[in-house]
Amino acid sequence: MSGGQMAGGRLSLLSAALVVARRDFAAILLSRSFIFFLIGPLFPLVVGALASGVGQRVEANAARPVLGVAMSESEGTAITGAARRLAPELGEALPELAVIAVVPDGTRIDAGAVLKQKQAQVSAVLSGTRAAPVLTGPKELIDDWRGPVALLAATARGEGPRHYPAVTLAASASVPVDNRIGRMRTAQAGQTLLFLLTMVLAGMVLSNLVEEKANKIIEILAAAVPMDAVFLGKLFAMLAISFVGIAVWGATIGTVMLIGGRSLAELTSPAVGWPLFIALGIAYFAMAYLLLGAVFLTIGSMAATVREVQTLSMPVTMAQLMVFFFASYAVASPGSALERTAAVVPFSSPFTMLARAAQDSDLTQHAIALCWQAAWVALIVKLGAGLFRRRVMKSGPARVRPARKGQAAA
Amino acid sequence: MKMDLGEWNAGGNAAQDDPAMPDHRPLAIEARGLVKRFDGFTAVDGVDLSVPEGVIYGVLGPNGAGKTTTLRMLLGIIDPDAGLRRVLGSERPHDVSHLIGYLPEERGLYPSMKAVDAIAFVGALRGLPLAEGRRRGRALLEEHGLGHAADRQIRQLSKGMAQQVQILSTLVHEPRLVIFDEPFSGLDAINQGRLEKMMRALAARGTTVIFSTHVIAHAERLCDGIAIIAGGKVPFAGSVDLARDRIPAQVRLETRQADGPWRSALPTNARAETKRDGSTFFYFPLPESGIEPLLKALVEGEAGILSLSIERAGLHDAFVAIAGEAAARALEENPEEEGRR
Repeated sequence: MSGGQMAGGRLSLLSAALVVARRDFAAILLSRSFIFFLIGPLFPLVVGALASGVGQRVEANAARPVLGVAMSESEGTAITGAARRLAPELGEALPELAVIAVVPDGTRIDAGAVLKQKQAQVSAVLSGTRAAPVLTGPKELIDDWRGPVALLAATARGEGPRHYPAVTLAASASVPVDNRIGRMRTAQAGQTLLFLLTMVLAGMVLSNLVEEKANKIIEILAAAVPMDAVFLGKLFAMLAISFVGIAVWGATIGTVMLIGGRSLAELTSPAVGWPLFIALGIAYFAMAYLLLGAVFLTIGSMAATVREVQTLSMPVTMAQLMVFFFASYAVASPGSALERTAAVVPFSSPFTMLARAAQDSDLTQHAIALCWQAAWVALIVKLGAGLFRRRVMKSGPARVRPARKGQAAA
Repeated sequence: MKMDLGEWNAGGNAAQDDPAMPDHRPLAIEARGLVKRFDGFTAVDGVDLSVPEGVIYGVLGPNGAGKTTTLRMLLGIIDPDAGLRRVLGSERPHDVSHLIGYLPEERGLYPSMKAVDAIAFVGALRGLPLAEGRRRGRALLEEHGLGHAADRQIRQLSKGMAQQVQILSTLVHEPRLVIFDEPFSGLDAINQGRLEKMMRALAARGTTVIFSTHVIAHAERLCDGIAIIAGGKVPFAGSVDLARDRIPAQVRLETRQADGPWRSALPTNARAETKRDGSTFFYFPLPESGIEPLLKALVEGEAGILSLSIERAGLHDAFVAIAGEAAARALEENPEEEGRR
């Protein structure tokens, strides 16, 4: 070789990170562990489904849409009585009824206003009389309930299948409670998916670094490029791997849903719409993973053995679980101080903000949140790299034995 | 921990004060007062180094003396707690990492990588495009008789071959400065010889080679300059000749007569040994006035000179004199190295 003929030059931080990322990406993609990575999420999904106690709080409220009854006492009693009589035969084909108001005979109630009240917790309102029932609520829902309500009214009037009164439909423009609850469900589904993905990936990036230390390669990397670039490279590689994983999982789940005749439409459409929600989901997933991954990398870089890694990462894993539960709990109280705190705390922020994307259509907050989270990623990577440089790579101290007397004299 | 970076003028340039070291060349490495502490233990305690470009420079000391920590600070793997470092003119070693090659003491490569890819990857880390790295890697492997192993995975190679691949990976980007940490450990005699040859070839074409070792013979054979390091300090830095000159040359004189008026010409600390055949050996340090006045007095006094030799001190003796008996014994025992072998 001829001396001094360089074909390259000094790498920027990003270029150096990409060199590390490219190697890791190719190595993981072609390894057997990638197969385990693909099937790995099945296990936490099962565990997650079993342990989603917090989710049940929302789920319980969102189980069945409720039709609020706001009629005079006699009319209301007749309708609920008819429902009781028909229930054994028709079961869930009838809406679940709840008397929300008793109005004086001949008085009309503003059903639209009732629906707007959060406390009402009903999806539509039945007002008017048995002879002229009025159904107020979201168009799709009242269209579905038109028949059952006509049947209820006819039964209440004792006319059975002979004569069905005309049901007046009043479509509501406001966001119904059903939608809010549905969006909470969408938000929580997003949060759970985000959490499971980040946990799987953060664990993998940790194993990757420990393996690297075991292979003694870390010193070659640290000598050639700044440790920040090593950390970033490893995080990027695993992120890219995760996108491959998500594509595979997405395609698989999509196919299964299509075969089963189901679709995303079963979840209520998020406030920002599905395309943007998915885009934000990917962005928040990236941030949640980068935040957690950076912490795990810092731990991995300081631990000498797998046992040490397990010991050190346990509290972080537990803390991450707490953060997830915190964010899940906060999503049930949109706009509360708790929810705002969860949106600001870096580790719970991606989960909370994704939930917000499901419930609130304002996009500015997402731009701010993503910048905020990215700043924290940079800070943790910097701190981790600094810790590595200060605390790792120490050689053994000198163990020069004192000279024995005889030898010293000689 | 706050770093005390001090000022560049704090120390002298040992290389420029040393007649045996090339003083016209720019410095590849300058270090002033480097300090590194780990958990209250001072691993490196005020190290000064000046290494001119294009020389082979040895960092000599027992295990745990601070060699690796010093090299890691020079490479930017770890930051010093105090002191200054300048590598190829830059105070930020990573800014010139594309000009540096490094072989760590603890060897390691990705086991699933092919040899040629492992070399190219290290080159890529140093700024060499991957395709060019593969081309050069293949050429290097061919040149060193490992062409047949280019497409084999590292895990399929013998330990010695893997070690050679790693050494080649430090050179693929044609660095101006190569730092080897204990490069000879784990190599058999043949490969040690090959490595020595490679180091000389690198220096011959202007590459600065710095290596740490606990084997005095390697330093003595290869180095233009050395830094002796013990207990985290550098009690000596300069040429091998300068180190040897720390101990005066020893005169070994054999005379037919055991005594006579000429005895007064010998230094008072001369040690005498009379042999059975009546001849006498005298051992004493070479007088500052040189050998000629003594020789004249011996001839005039009819001492009957049978033999006279002047023996220059070896690097081992110099090491003992400079670093002390305990450090020298640690250097020889080197239990960790023996354990690895």
